[in-house]
Amino acid sequence: MSKRIDVSDLDVYYGDFLAVEGVTMAIEARQATALIGPSGCGKSTFLRTLNRMHEVIPGARVTGKALMDGQDLYGSDVDPVTVRRQIGMVFQRPNPFPTMSIADNVLAGVRLNNRRMSKGEQQDLVEQSLRGANLWNEVKDRLERPGSSLSGGQQQRLCIARAIAVKPQVLLMDEPCSALDPISTLAIEDLIAELKSDYTIVIVTHNMQQAARVSDRTAFFNIAGTGKPGKLIEMDDTATMFSSPREQATEDYISGRFG
Amino acid sequence: MALTTTPRRSGTSPDGEQVDAGAAVRAASTGRVGSRVFAGLSTGAGVLILLTLAAVAVFLVIRAWPALTASSEELGDISWFNGDSVAEYVGPLIFGTLLASVLALLIAVPVSVGIALFISHYAPRRLAQSLGYLIDLLAAIPSVVYGLWGALWLLGVVDPFFEWLSGALGFIPLFADYQAPAKNILSASIVLAVMILPIITAVSREVFLQTPRLHEEASLALGATRWEMVRQAVLPFGRSGVISASMLGLGRALGETMAVLMVISPGFLYSFHLLQPGQHQTIAANIASKFPEASGLSVSALIATGLALFVITFAVNFVARWIIARRAEFSGAN
Amino acid sequence: MAVDTAPAPATSLVDPAQGRLPRWATWAFLAGGVVAAFLLLLVLGNPTVAGVVGLGAVLYAVGATVASFVVEGRRRAVDRLATTLVTGAFLLALIPLVSLVLLVVTRGMTSFSWTFLTTDMVGIFGDMTEGGIAHAIVGTLLITFAAAVISVPIGLLTAIYLVEYGRGPLARAITFLVDVMTGIPSIVAGLFGFAVFTLALGPAFRAGIMGAVALSLLMTPVVIRSVEEMLRLVPNELREASYALGVPKWLTIVKVVLRTAAAGIVTGVMLAVARIIGETAPLLLTVGLVTQMNTSLFEGRMATLPVFAFRQYEQGGTGIDRAWAAALTLILIVMLLNLLARLISRWFAPKGAR
Repeated sequence: MSKRIDVSDLDVYYGDFLAVEGVTMAIEARQATALIGPSGCGKSTFLRTLNRMHEVIPGARVTGKALMDGQDLYGSDVDPVTVRRQIGMVFQRPNPFPTMSIADNVLAGVRLNNRRMSKGEQQDLVEQSLRGANLWNEVKDRLERPGSSLSGGQQQRLCIARAIAVKPQVLLMDEPCSALDPISTLAIEDLIAELKSDYTIVIVTHNMQQAARVSDRTAFFNIAGTGKPGKLIEMDDTATMFSSPREQATEDYISGRFG
Repeated sequence: MALTTTPRRSGTSPDGEQVDAGAAVRAASTGRVGSRVFAGLSTGAGVLILLTLAAVAVFLVIRAWPALTASSEELGDISWFNGDSVAEYVGPLIFGTLLASVLALLIAVPVSVGIALFISHYAPRRLAQSLGYLIDLLAAIPSVVYGLWGALWLLGVVDPFFEWLSGALGFIPLFADYQAPAKNILSASIVLAVMILPIITAVSREVFLQTPRLHEEASLALGATRWEMVRQAVLPFGRSGVISASMLGLGRALGETMAVLMVISPGFLYSFHLLQPGQHQTIAANIASKFPEASGLSVSALIATGLALFVITFAVNFVARWIIARRAEFSGAN
Repeated sequence: MAVDTAPAPATSLVDPAQGRLPRWATWAFLAGGVVAAFLLLLVLGNPTVAGVVGLGAVLYAVGATVASFVVEGRRRAVDRLATTLVTGAFLLALIPLVSLVLLVVTRGMTSFSWTFLTTDMVGIFGDMTEGGIAHAIVGTLLITFAAAVISVPIGLLTAIYLVEYGRGPLARAITFLVDVMTGIPSIVAGLFGFAVFTLALGPAFRAGIMGAVALSLLMTPVVIRSVEEMLRLVPNELREASYALGVPKWLTIVKVVLRTAAAGIVTGVMLAVARIIGETAPLLLTVGLVTQMNTSLFEGRMATLPVFAFRQYEQGGTGIDRAWAAALTLILIVMLLNLLARLISRWFAPKGAR
């Protein structure tokens, strides 16, 4: 239940503005890939192009190739909706649906798409997804409470449960811990370590320790100055990146000299 | 589509699939068709708004056309028609409409600005919102009730004041020759003023509340009294807002029917005798009083006057909204 | 050119040269003004409540300002005058509100009764005090309901277009014209309803639906505005969360955006209904008035509360009492709708952390 993504020569534009330029990258299946870099370097923008979420912003477009197990994500007959069902996403701030209970939030992907499912199947899916997100034991007695009654960290894990309930191939995480306290962050990091045995994970993070802790491979993005496009500087195994990077910029960033 | 928005208790029966016909799409579908239909529907509704507005103008013109092109003899056959053409007939009515509305504005704007300031800068913080709601209540009262209030209560209350005004300032033509009961244009304007108070107050209040705190505090820190702060910081900031609010109020006053119809004793003169009955009439009240008994060409003539009112109010609202839109662009406030 | 920027020598915070009026001065001047006004009017003729209050307020403003000018100086006097005027403006606006409510309630109660609410006007003439407004209540409810049935879908969809789809010149034009449309005079709306139906169905055609169409012209822009406001309050994050689950845009709008904004939308619609339910002029031109119940929207004239109140007022005599009672009923309905709208928005607001 996981696939690899190969990106080649990908440019991202907002209108006429070139935001990210010439990214070529291989994202391996069943691994966690971390995208790091200073603010505004385009790592989140790049992440959103992987499940075509950037198209939600008017004027955003992409040139280049992005293949998931050889299938072009941007093929002319590919519906972005199908892409997003295969490639799930977790956002910076937890965003459970405020009108839905915890169980309904997990089922949201099913419910919102009007997919029919028996009561038993639904219960199984809720339990399985919440267990998958390490949340089951905390909420099993209050599945009918509103999702917004949980703490921030629990809400974020609920959002992860919601994303994996759709059974995606790939899970994109856009700074999933930046709005959370250290203990909740730890819980999410443990979860990522477990999830990567089943899913391909791409995580954007500002926190280099986090990248070092959770990822197998790390990609460093940088930007030459405001108004210039962000670029992929280098990508390697996380251990290599943090011990002996090839580029000077990477070393400067990792050792905390800027960013 | 409204059906699907009915509040549903979240987390009821887990098999509670919604049974909305429009949304029952096969599970595998990615909703491309649905999205296209839905986008088309909502765009269509938006376009319908444009068409409706155009239709209002078109239908009024079609129905007014016979009167606009009729000869003066034909028009003369209408019992209440005076003048040789629709333009001549509608002239005094436009005059009356503008006079009543401008008077209402002269009364309402200072009071509204006062109320708005009171709520935004003078009243205790905790009370401000409830006091604002109290003023908004005035907007919820149906116009026919204002008519009753004006005709059966206000006329008696203003009578001694008008009497005194006419006696003391009667040498000015404006206030000459008061006759009781006070079924004159000034009474009608007072009712109109009360009716447009809430909208002018509401818009002004919003603008006053947006005054940058820094400006206010800068003024107070220099030792200004509260009034000096208001004059230096709040009023200059809110000026264009008050202007557009007044235009909106003017738009309302121009088209208001019942209050004028029930209060004023009509006349068709270009007259500035504010306290004399039988001098003025507004377009809207004139239509309402004559329309139920009209037929044939007289209907067309009345619709032609309605067309004139439509054009006037459209222009006033257009300008008001334009000022607001321009202001929003400048201040960047949203 | 050395400017002396050194601080002035320390002074006491209480300036002995500048006096202050004591706190009770305001009340003293107020009482003085009213008493003086009463005496003055007593000398001139007969004092009325309105006269005493009006003149008293003027005398208070003048007296307090002059006293403040003498004791506290010009700046304080102006400040005091401004406070008086601003507060006065607010109190002035309460006069119509309070008098109107008192009047409608006291005068309305003379005829208001269960029988009044449940009978119609068939066979009532001259000075008879019987008769009621059952037919007008039904007519008002039917026509308003029909207007809502027309306005709500169009308004809802237009608001969705403006918030979720609209960009470029078309959306800007619609936004602008919706604003302009809110300013269409009600009588013009009535003429429009009349013109559309009589052109199509002959000059003698009269039916409740004509009034409903006229009212919907007034209601639609109000619905659009309030729904638009509510949709814009729905956080973008929820839309993105839904898209990321592979939910198509239209289902996202229907099931996430509209569902989240449902309470606000219902409230907005109720307030829009409250706005048009009291409209008189359009109905006067289109549906007129009858004395008996008519439950068909598509055939014949219908009675409505506002037109009924107006016609009874015109008739005079015992009609005046009926007009007040009808006005009371109308205001009760409007207030009920307002109250209901507030309660709905409280009950059905998205459940947050409790």
